[in-house]
Order: sequence, then structure tokens, then C-alpha cells
Amino acid sequence: MSTAFLEISNGVAVPRDKIPHLDFDRFRREALDIVENGGKVVHFFAYQEGDVVKLSAVLRQDHLLTAGCDAPDTYPALSSQCEPFHMFERELAEQFGISPEGHPWLKMVRYHPNYMDRVDVFGNNYDDDIPGNYDYYSVEGPEIHEVAVGPVHAGVIEPGHFRFNCIGERVLNLEIQLGYQHRGIETLIPGAAAKRLPIIIESVAGDTTVGHSLCMAQAMEALSSTQPDQGAHTIRTIALELERLQNHVGDLGALSGDVAFLPPMNYCGRMRGDFLNMSLLLCGNRFSKGLIRPGGVRFTLDDEVRTTLAQRITEITPQVKHVIELLFSTSSVRSRFENCGSVSQEDAEHLGLVGPAGRACGMAYDVRRCFPTEGYGELDIPENAEDSGDVYARAKVRADEVLQSIDLIQSLLTAPVKTECPEPEERAMAPDAFVVTLNEAWRGEVAHCVLTDAAGNLLRYKIKDPSFHNWNGLSMSLRNTGISDFPLNNKSFNLSYCGFDL
Amino acid sequence: MLNTLRNRFEQGYRTTKYPKEKIELWKRYRGRPQIQDASPAGMARACAEACPQDAIDSEKRVIDMGRCVFCGECEDRSQGTFVAFTQDFEIAVSEKEHLITDGAIPDLAAHARQHFKKLFGRSLQLRQVSAAGCNACEADLNVLATPFFDLARFGINFVASPRHADGIVVTGPISRNMKTALLETYAAVPDPKVVIAVGSCTLTGGPFRGSPEITEGLDSLLPVDLFIPGCPPHPLTNLHALLTFFK
Ligand code: SF4
Ligand code: SF4
Repeated sequence: MSTAFLEISNGVAVPRDKIPHLDFDRFRREALDIVENGGKVVHFFAYQEGDVVKLSAVLRQDHLLTAGCDAPDTYPALSSQCEPFHMFERELAEQFGISPEGHPWLKMVRYHPNYMDRVDVFGNNYDDDIPGNYDYYSVEGPEIHEVAVGPVHAGVIEPGHFRFNCIGERVLNLEIQLGYQHRGIETLIPGAAAKRLPIIIESVAGDTTVGHSLCMAQAMEALSSTQPDQGAHTIRTIALELERLQNHVGDLGALSGDVAFLPPMNYCGRMRGDFLNMSLLLCGNRFSKGLIRPGGVRFTLDDEVRTTLAQRITEITPQVKHVIELLFSTSSVRSRFENCGSVSQEDAEHLGLVGPAGRACGMAYDVRRCFPTEGYGELDIPENAEDSGDVYARAKVRADEVLQSIDLIQSLLTAPVKTECPEPEERAMAPDAFVVTLNEAWRGEVAHCVLTDAAGNLLRYKIKDPSFHNWNGLSMSLRNTGISDFPLNNKSFNLSYCGFDL
Repeated sequence: MLNTLRNRFEQGYRTTKYPKEKIELWKRYRGRPQIQDASPAGMARACAEACPQDAIDSEKRVIDMGRCVFCGECEDRSQGTFVAFTQDFEIAVSEKEHLITDGAIPDLAAHARQHFKKLFGRSLQLRQVSAAGCNACEADLNVLATPFFDLARFGINFVASPRHADGIVVTGPISRNMKTALLETYAAVPDPKVVIAVGSCTLTGGPFRGSPEITEGLDSLLPVDLFIPGCPPHPLTNLHALLTFFK
């Protein structure tokens, strides 16, 4: 298929004038064409340059593709024809006041006034500090009732509002309204001192510190033509796999707790702590904050750390294996996991699910295999696709990935790792450049897109957490599911509120 | 069943003896910062300039632990000659001024409110309010319920309803969108109540300071009784703070 979009590579900067700037109709047609033929949306966002607002899209097939155009004030929505644009168009409308006409469900994403002082597309009054002040989707009928939960939930968890339309115990529709965690990160970054960037990025989603930090570091490196050494790549790969282990192990325990099987819940909770302490061993922080900086890493993997880490992994591995075996061989667990909250592959494709949530529905996409960064080019990452799309499949993918991550880390720890920690310095960035960076964090594809202006300063810093794709997957999984299975499904996705809300 | 028992045996007994026995944290962990007297003023200025959080006052030679995210950039920059991080995790304070330190931190036990000990010393029920941080602070509060820390053995629990709570534990920089929910949760807790601020975000806005969407310091909204610095605070920092302040 020929396209006007430009083929680009993950983490390689391109001059912005090399990116096709199409007229809007052509841009729309080509973008739809790519996505209707199996492509996926990585980014679709606007940025302001001088007085002009422009659109940029990054799509993926076997390759990454990009093009741009001037942003119209209103335009015929792409989502009305092609669902994967749905969230992106809502975000565009919220951030820049651009109105996608005929959008199937135009509602706010994070509840904030647009950046352009334009008339609010949603007709919101932002004097009320409540994102939930809004006419929810409703179902009518004599037996219908609604359950409203949040923003303050029953546990030590992030805020969000969930609105269930139920008939008896059965959920007809779950609507999720987020935005409570909105900190204005994308507008904060371009104006903040360069030294703050790594700290801000580490706090996009603390449980995905490594995933987001890698995207940031790779983007800065590409824009400043900096090459981290091989040792830094190895350490970053280990850090990303440790992050995967921490979260998958923790969530498998939580899933077990949600079906009232307490032994794995407690064991996994404790083992997750052990994996967090391995990140502390590496860099002094349990969430790997402070580890990754443009140019490399701030902490070496000297032989003391390397052998200690290897020992700890060796010691914990049989425990992890046995607890996973226990979990999956317990029939009461299996009977709750199986056929609970199924999402079909077709729906998953339309929603654009990524990561384990996508792989559980048969979509094998994994950035580590498809667009490898850091040390992944030399590693063998299995496909991990399940096909049942239920809680069982999501848990199974995660359990498989746990065992694989352990193997990957062990293989990286066998030989000494040498790295020079980079001096923190402000690196000049290429002017008028564009880069997109993708990494497979534990929830799936994290993607940052960075644009510089004529002086080499940040023009736009666009962040996408995998949760941006996957929250609608959770809604979908609840259709026709008992409301009491919400916690279980929620845990099987375990999406980020702060990563979504930015 | 046999499998369950085998796992139970393999997992063993894991609960820490802290605070009865001291715990040594690994040398790369960054706890209480210690300013070194001998370092030249130029080095202090270089550190202050390098600090991404602008947490260092090079004239007064102090660090604001409320702003600090414990990244260690200053220690790197000065090779430990201006500031070195100790592994001391007992760094919570009861007055905001105490966050600004040259390394000496007032004894929390001595500043604890005695009537709180009387009221809550045997049973403390807390409602956590997550307000726009990165969720790492929440995660490291959550682990207090895992077998290693086992917070419940001290009579301290996180509860679902603010009406059942003796106080709130706030994390995050209190976004505009979370402010109303936070204040309503606070109002729903019966008097007398305590307010605990956890993490750099809640103390000063943390990594997000300067954004119009957030609040730079919970103390501008509510009276805060206990300030726990860190990004996030180590679970032991939280545990120490709760035990010292209330037990
Ligand atoms: S450790 Fe704290 S004081 Fe030092 S540079 Fe980092 S934020 Fe600044
Ligand atoms: S203080 Fe740090 S760890 Fe805690 S919520 Fe804020 S950014 Fe996250």
C-alpha cells in the first residue's frame, strides 16, 4: 500500500520539514486508510507554532508512519468511521478546542479548559472543581439502577469515577470518568527548567517510572545525538524488566485476593516488595526514580550489586514459580478467572488495546519485539498471545511474562556490566526536529513524541500512557458481567489513573 | 491442599522486628541528607543550581526536605562533600519548618502531641486520600499491609469510610479536580481528627510545582499534623512516623 505518510523509526529524530505536511482532507483520508487496513494509532495530537495550530499523527503498521496538517477549527470526526481515533479526538477537542463533528461520544477526557482560550467544546464551566459533574450515559427501564463509585474509593488507590448501569446484578454499561489526577504535565514541561524534565517524567506514573523515563531519555538522546553505552542499555533493560515483575507479581496476588484465595495474595504482596527492593539495590529508590537520565544511567551495576541482584533473583525464583503454580492449579481460582470479563479480539482491535490486555485478546503486539529499544534487539521475547480475552487470559499473560522477565534478567546478569555515568549537562537539541519513542512497559506501549522549535527548545512534549488505550477495555469487559466481578476485572487490567490524567 | 502447605512452608515467617530491632537499609538508599560543614561556598552554589527541585539554600546551607525528591543529584555533583545522604529513614516531622534541615532533624517523639497518643495510641483508623500524585506514595503506604510490615499488628488500619476514620493520610499535590473531594472527605471524618501529609507532592507540590492545576502544600488547605518527606517516603519512614507520633 502506498501512503503519503513518512516512514520513521522508533527513537530516531527527523527534521520536521521532512515530514509530509498535507492538506487536511488528504491527511484525514490517508490516516483512515492506514488504520482501516490494520494500522494502529500511536499518537494523534495538536501543537501550536506561532499562531497556527497543527495536527500530527503517528500511526503504526510494521513500521511507524507520520504526517501532519494544519488544524481546522472543526472537521468531520475520524472516529465516526474508525474507532481507534476516538480517545485521541476527545483529547484534541479538550486541549485545543478543535471540534470533531459527528464524533460518536464527544465528552471531556480530563476536565480542564483548553489551552487556546477557545469556546469550550463540551460546554463545561470549570469553576466547579468536579470532573464528575456531567450527564452520564444512562439506561432507562423499570428494573434499571445505577451505581456510582468514587472519586474517593474504598482502598488506598487513585481517584476516578465509575458509573454502572445495571439490571439486577448484571452490568449493562460502565462509564469511567477520570481527570481527578490531572496535574497539567504536558503544559508544565515546555516552560520548566531542563533539569526538571527527568523528575517530572518519573512522576507521570510512579509504577511505570522506568517505562516513561526510557521514552524521555531516548527522545532527548535522539534530539541531541547522544549515544548511551552498552552497559547503560543493559541496566535500563534490567530496570524495565524489574518494573514488570514488581507490578505483575503484585497484581497476581491482588487477583488472588479478589477471589478470596489468600495465600498467594500475601506471598505475592511480600515478593513484590522484594522486587521493589531490587530496584532500590540498583539505584536507591524502590520505583527506580533517579536511575535513568538522558545519556545513560546514574548508577553503575558494579560486581557487588550485580552478584547480590543475581543471588536475590535465584533465591526468589522457585518461590515465584511455586506460587504461580498454586494460583493456576487451584480450581476455585480457575473457575472465577475463566470466562469472566471477556473482551473479543474484534472489540480489542477497535479499542486499540495494548500490552497484556491486548495480548490476552490475541493481539501479539509487543514493542520489545516489534520496535526494540535498549537491549531488546538481542533478546528473544516470546509472543505471549492468549485468545480468550478474559480475566484468566490477562492473568496468564502476566504470569508467563513474570517467568520470562526473570530469565531475561538472569541472562543479563551473567557477565560484568560496565557503564560510564553521564555528567548532567544541558545538551543542545536539534532545531525543528521530531522524534517519537516507544517502549513496552508492563501495561503496554508507552509513547512520547517530542518536537523542537527553530531554536532547539521544546515546542511540544506529548505523552501517552498505555492506560489511555486500555480504560475502554475495562469498560468493555464489564458488559454483561456481574457487578461483583468489577474488582477482579479492574485488577486484571490495573490501569493507571495518573498516567491517563497527566 | 498439600501444595498450599508446601508454599506456606517455603514462604516462611517474614515480618520485621522493627522498631524493636534496627533495620539497616542498603547504602544506595537516600534517607536523611547531611550537609557537610567543611565544603566551600562555591560547591554549595553548584549543588543548589543543579538541584532540579530548587530545594537547596546555598547561603543558609540547608535542604528543604519538603521540596527534595531525594534524587541524589546534589550528592553526585559534590561527590558527597557538600551533602551526603545517610541511610537514616526516620525523617518525618511535626512542624513544616523542621523540613528545612542541615541534617539535624528534631526528635519526632518529643514533638508528638500527647493527647493524640492517648486518643489513638491503641487504635488508629486512617482514610487515605489519593490526590493527583504518581501513585508511588500510595503504593508504599499500601505495602504496610503486607506481611513484612504488617501494620495492623500495631492497631493501625486503613479503612474505607472517612466516617470510620480518625484522620486522613493525603498523597499527591491536590489537583484542582481533586480538591473538593479531598475537603469533603476531611469534613466527613469526625472530630478530633488528624491530617498526615505524605510525600514531596503533598508537602510542596513536588515535581509538579509551578503548575496551575495543583496546590503547593496541603498545609495551605488543612491543618497538617505530620509531614512525611520522600518521593515516595520509604515504607519504613511511614511506619516510623506513625509509630512514633501515635504510639
Ligand atoms: S536530592 Fe534533593 S536536594 Fe539534592 S538535588 Fe535532588 S532534589 Fe535537590
Ligand atoms: S511525592 Fe513523589 S512518589 Fe509521591 S506521589 Fe508525588 S511524585 Fe509520586
